[in-house]
Amino acid sequence: MTESVRQLGALMRKEFLLEWRQRYALNGMLLYIVGAVFVCYLSFNARRGQLTPIVWNTLFWIIQLFTAINAIAKSFVQERAGRQLYYYTLASPQQIILAKIGYNTALMGVLAVLGFCTYAFVLGSPIADIPLYLLTLALGAIGFSASLTLVSGIASKAENPATLMAVLSFPIILPLLLLLLKVSKNAMDGLDRSVSWSEVGTVLAIDAIVLTLSWLLFPFLWRS
Amino acid sequence: MKKNWWKGLSVLILTYVILRGLLGVVPRQPILNESIRNVYFHVPLWFGMIIMLLTSAVYSIRYLRNGRFDDDGVAVEFANTAILFGFLGCLTGALWANFTWGEPWPNDPKLNSVAVGMLMYLAYLILRGSFDDEQRRARISAVYNIFAFAVFVPLIFIVPRLTDSLHPGNGGNPAFGKYDMDSQMRMVFYPAVIGFTLLGVWITELRVRLRRVKAALEE
Repeated sequence: MTESVRQLGALMRKEFLLEWRQRYALNGMLLYIVGAVFVCYLSFNARRGQLTPIVWNTLFWIIQLFTAINAIAKSFVQERAGRQLYYYTLASPQQIILAKIGYNTALMGVLAVLGFCTYAFVLGSPIADIPLYLLTLALGAIGFSASLTLVSGIASKAENPATLMAVLSFPIILPLLLLLLKVSKNAMDGLDRSVSWSEVGTVLAIDAIVLTLSWLLFPFLWRS
Repeated sequence: MKKNWWKGLSVLILTYVILRGLLGVVPRQPILNESIRNVYFHVPLWFGMIIMLLTSAVYSIRYLRNGRFDDDGVAVEFANTAILFGFLGCLTGALWANFTWGEPWPNDPKLNSVAVGMLMYLAYLILRGSFDDEQRRARISAVYNIFAFAVFVPLIFIVPRLTDSLHPGNGGNPAFGKYDMDSQMRMVFYPAVIGFTLLGVWITELRVRLRRVKAALEE
């Protein structure tokens, strides 16, 4: 048990180091989300505080969705096949997928917070219950990374990973996205928290399903 | 002949369902009126689709466990038939909604969920098309199929119940069975579910056999 935790730690550390050494990819992601926010800001004619809450919230989550797909799509593409084979001789596939999901969750968390700050900075923030909104960001980071990591693993085996990644992940991510939109809208309106708990529970349940499935299915995926 | 009794049963049940569905006596309900007959066609199509998607996922699991190509072929054909049933379900539903809810595609969470579910399975077919290597195609699409079914279930059964829906049984609406259907209708509705499912299995069986013959010819 302790051994496998140690291995998991080492694999996570490897992911972070790899990202840190190829900083252009990380910087690219950061710039991507800031750029996307700015495009939206200018497209809405740069009118601060004039978006209705629904538009504000939906736009933000759509930016999040696209950033997530772009950020996670590269989690299997950036390493060459030979090197991946080498990892599989060192650790079990379950640990590899968990390490990747953990790393992607951290990455999505950073991107979400950065995106949120920029977005609230340029477009104004009409949020009443900020802690709950941050909680939905965290839940979203877990859910996005858990479901998209497996999908990116699937897509990376195919001929045209970029298109396939989008086609496969949009429908898969939708139930999660709808629930997140609902909870975050509640947080914006400052509704009593008891209203949101059942949805938070459902989001957690979906996260758990997706995580378990990734854990179960990945061993079949990497062999090819 | 012994093995094919269920095909006869399917024909028999569906004939009964069509006759009773078009000619039988139905209760008068406000708004629904005669269109309640659609419950014999629209609802069983969806039941059949979900049963077939479940079977498809089960065959994908079997493929991953024992690696027999045949199981993968069965899984994809069940998914194909399920998609066909899904389209038919959408069509009958649109017809029904046109008369009861006023428009063929009202903005209803269940409809939208189902549309997304169909996209998911169409993506499955696209995924299959993008591999040249057969082993790889079978394994990876089996993985995706199981994953897709696991997401499809909350999409269809949980998300619509959280919001307001026009469908019975969702968003606090009572299910159809509660008081709209009398025992007369049940006598047609339950056989209809069995009949349409058997028809789906029949279509799938034919396509699987075609697939096996093609595979044998290529060898």
